[in-house]
Amino acid sequence: MKPARFSFVRPQSRQEILDVLTEHGSDASVIAGGQTLVPMLNMRLAKPKVLIDAARLPDLARIEERDGELRIGCAVRQAQLEQLPNLVTKQPLLARAIPFIGHIQTRARGTVCGSIAHADPSAELPLCLIALQGKVHLRTRRKARTVRAADFFLGMMSTVREPDELIEAVSYPTAAPGTGFAFQEIGRRHGDFAIVAIAAIASREGVSLTVGGIDDIARRFDLGAGQDDGLEDALNDIAWSLNARDDLHASAAYRREITRRLGRQVIHQAKAEAARCQS
Amino acid sequence: MPVLNATSRHEVTFRLNGAEQTVRVENRMLLSDVLRHEIGLTGTHVGCEHGVCGACTVQIDGAPARACLVLAAQAQGMEIRTVEALTAETGRLSVLQQAFREHHGLQCGFCTSGILMTLDALLAAEPDASEAVIRDALSGHLCRCTGYEPIVRAALAARDTLRKGGN
Repeated sequence: MKPARFSFVRPQSRQEILDVLTEHGSDASVIAGGQTLVPMLNMRLAKPKVLIDAARLPDLARIEERDGELRIGCAVRQAQLEQLPNLVTKQPLLARAIPFIGHIQTRARGTVCGSIAHADPSAELPLCLIALQGKVHLRTRRKARTVRAADFFLGMMSTVREPDELIEAVSYPTAAPGTGFAFQEIGRRHGDFAIVAIAAIASREGVSLTVGGIDDIARRFDLGAGQDDGLEDALNDIAWSLNARDDLHASAAYRREITRRLGRQVIHQAKAEAARCQS
Repeated sequence: MPVLNATSRHEVTFRLNGAEQTVRVENRMLLSDVLRHEIGLTGTHVGCEHGVCGACTVQIDGAPARACLVLAAQAQGMEIRTVEALTAETGRLSVLQQAFREHHGLQCGFCTSGILMTLDALLAAEPDASEAVIRDALSGHLCRCTGYEPIVRAALAARDTLRKGGN
């Protein structure tokens, strides 16, 4: 349980990170918090030849609020976002989901963008990005591009990021007035990977449900007005569409049942919150 | 830009328990191993080496964190505190340690140093931490002896003593 050898680079600027990524491509990994990458190094599931330390550049450790978005730089730690003043009003879904990420001891070092880059199907931050229809900002030495969350995640731990691209930031939309948010998660123990994680967003435009922990990526569903009439059937269709599988932690049937039950709960919570905001 | 090659040992300097410390280690060495094998501070224990058990928890820049999930090369410039820093002087226990002793907050002791570092940081940041907050912080630690209840009791007792102005 010790990492294989790697060289370690301490870039002094974003440009230097991009230069190293251009030079080494898929032989290089960017490390910021390391709360997922270091276990993978320890177990030798990952054996990069070069590690690029992105944690030390203050420019990349900023959370900026502009144009109805929270733009979170690639060195921003999860605890930093958790402690952002008024996060619960700026984006309640994040405020409610973050406490489910690992433990305070891992959130102190783990980064938001690191979780997005890793793309674990049961992770909370990718789920929230998909639920809120956020964006991922990628940059190489030559060009920058912005990818919608729906297009960014390809499957289990797989994204559209090219080997020479840095995830320089992600953007989560802030809460629009009159919108309700709810998040629930079932795991074996608090802080474990989710067996099912589920978010609901309710506004005048309609209700959406996003489910993580089951399929290869978190999946978002539009439920129209989310009326109680027909909701049972809609949730059952969602539960069966998620390719649930049996594993050590839970059976596929259990995951479907949790999807139906928690789904109903979070939809009601989100709608109740939206109603309170609108009254 | 500094490039530390894969095969050599490199100097890494950080502050450890209030004093500057320099070690010559490979990039890939884990902070937990730097502390134990290079420096000889064996109070920090190593359990799972993938961040789950919490035995290796130390304080980094004031916040509890897993020493097994930090690479030596990342430790440059960090402010690190280990369980050895809790006692003011040899032979004397801190309020938190004394509470663990009085309330049977440990049996085998393997998980204890990590738990102490989490609770020490928590009670410093939140002197009025509620039982729920304490339990949430403890959820990042595995203990197979106590069933956790004596640990919670010890933490609450330490909180109350510290609020009354213990050492």
